[in-house]
Amino acid sequence: MQSHDARRFHAASAPDYVPVPQLRSLQLERLTRIVRRAFDRVALFRRRMEERRLGPGDVRSLEDLAKLPFTVKTDLRDTYPFGLFASPMEEVVRLHASSGTTGKPTVVAYTQSDLEVWTEVMVRAFAACGLHRGDVVQNAYGYGLFTGGLGAHYGAEALGATVIPISGGNTERQIMVLQDFGVTAICCTPSYFLHLVERGKELGADFSKLRAGIFGAEPWSEAMRRRIEADTGVRAYDIYGLSEIIGPGVGIECFAQSGLHIFEDHFYPEIIDPASGEVVPDGTEGELVLTTLSKDAMPMIRYRTRDVTSIIPEPCACGRSVRRIRRIGRRSDDMFIIRGVNVFPSQVETALLAVEGTLPHYQIVLTREKGLDEMEVRVEVTPEVFSDQVRALEGLQRKLEQSLDHTLGIRARVTLVGPRTLQRSEGKAKRVLDERQI
Amino acid sequence: MKLRQLSLFLENRPGQLKLPCQVLGKAGIDILVMSLADTQQFGILRLIVREDERAKQVLEQAGCVVNVTEVLAAEVPDRAGGLGDVLEAFDQSGISVEYIYPLSSGHQGKTAVLAFRVEDPDRAAKLLAERGVHVLTRAEAFQAMGA
Repeated sequence: MQSHDARRFHAASAPDYVPVPQLRSLQLERLTRIVRRAFDRVALFRRRMEERRLGPGDVRSLEDLAKLPFTVKTDLRDTYPFGLFASPMEEVVRLHASSGTTGKPTVVAYTQSDLEVWTEVMVRAFAACGLHRGDVVQNAYGYGLFTGGLGAHYGAEALGATVIPISGGNTERQIMVLQDFGVTAICCTPSYFLHLVERGKELGADFSKLRAGIFGAEPWSEAMRRRIEADTGVRAYDIYGLSEIIGPGVGIECFAQSGLHIFEDHFYPEIIDPASGEVVPDGTEGELVLTTLSKDAMPMIRYRTRDVTSIIPEPCACGRSVRRIRRIGRRSDDMFIIRGVNVFPSQVETALLAVEGTLPHYQIVLTREKGLDEMEVRVEVTPEVFSDQVRALEGLQRKLEQSLDHTLGIRARVTLVGPRTLQRSEGKAKRVLDERQI
Repeated sequence: MKLRQLSLFLENRPGQLKLPCQVLGKAGIDILVMSLADTQQFGILRLIVREDERAKQVLEQAGCVVNVTEVLAAEVPDRAGGLGDVLEAFDQSGISVEYIYPLSSGHQGKTAVLAFRVEDPDRAAKLLAERGVHVLTRAEAFQAMGA
């Protein structure tokens, strides 16, 4: 058994330490290539460039990136399924799709070379948290269309670790494997890990070999990390990624656990003011915008992540030259992530509308109970759905809950509330109350 | 034969019952009878008032969700087994009762008057009368309630 030393240098991590001037020139070289590729092959991008009277030749420095148009989530929906692909299908070797469960998902594509980039950044991510050959990695991210499972899988395998592709769910089996297979590192959402730990305690399971957790796919906080680390002795690392960019592996914490290093030789970060779209200086909070510098099948130019963070200007104690962003605590739009699933309030609305055919006023309240995210949907009672009979109202509640479960794939509790009792701002309902202590 | 009942949705939290009562008070509308059904999450307040249309209007203006339903007012002998006998008549007529609450309690050998919420009040009134149950007219019911 090897020691868990996050400071030990891993050969795959070399690009993390490239001197800054060399890194910037590599970024510019890659940027000019990818902008040219997107312009030549992606109709939407070319149109937007032409509307601004811009051509690929106008990108001569990294600062010039700020002139280019943004790409947003709805662009993927509007061009569903393959409209943003820059490679012919013969070169696309993998498709993934967003976890959005109603309407059309967002589809992302990878060439062989894209998969190699993905694996490379995941190896660098695992190496940054001190994993190496000899580690036994329980990969409890979902395998399938979701990028989490396969992204972590190939990265850990390429690192030389022993991978257990257990996927999500089945807590008791997870606990048995964790204990019996001598698992040293686990990949899952932080809330699911807390759930595993609590259940493990009840079952008297021994997790003493587990040393590292690579947690992502939902927002979590320093307080949560402290709780995990104090309760379990496991080092808890925050990993960041999104399928539109590549999946997990866009960024990761190192042993310093002080912000997430972005693998910016592949994913170029900018922070903008979400209202004006202007780039803000390093250190200023704003919306994270990412440009893929080396992804061929689906180049993303200035993709607005909606994640709110800032770039940390100071160098990191670990010596990496790739810059860090602060942990992401919130998003600039109202999409929220619960138990690893992306949910838009509009989906909740759709689910509620499927019942009784009326438009109820509603509010989503997110709480965290015993480490697990809970979703409550408060629905205002309207004269159309109100009844003098208790069982009719209870039946309505049940129908709404079933519809939410059916639409979102997650259980939510429905509470009926009085009319006009839900908080509104400027006449507009405040849809999401996130009361999770993260 | 039938009484119009107002039903109001109440959230299960402090202060919820007070609002509709004060709204009616300000409008000079007297609550003749009230009944409250409560669950863990919400309550349903049922009211009998004289001016039900106006009451509904002022309550709705105050932001309440109001629903009007009809209930039967029937006499129940004020003696041991009185309600059992009346329910036997419901049973034999094949009428199921959603809920019951008292409109007026009997005293000194008189009869009590209860409100019965049933699916089809007109049909129920006819069938019950055939079995000897006295279903009160609106005027009789208001009289029994002391209004």
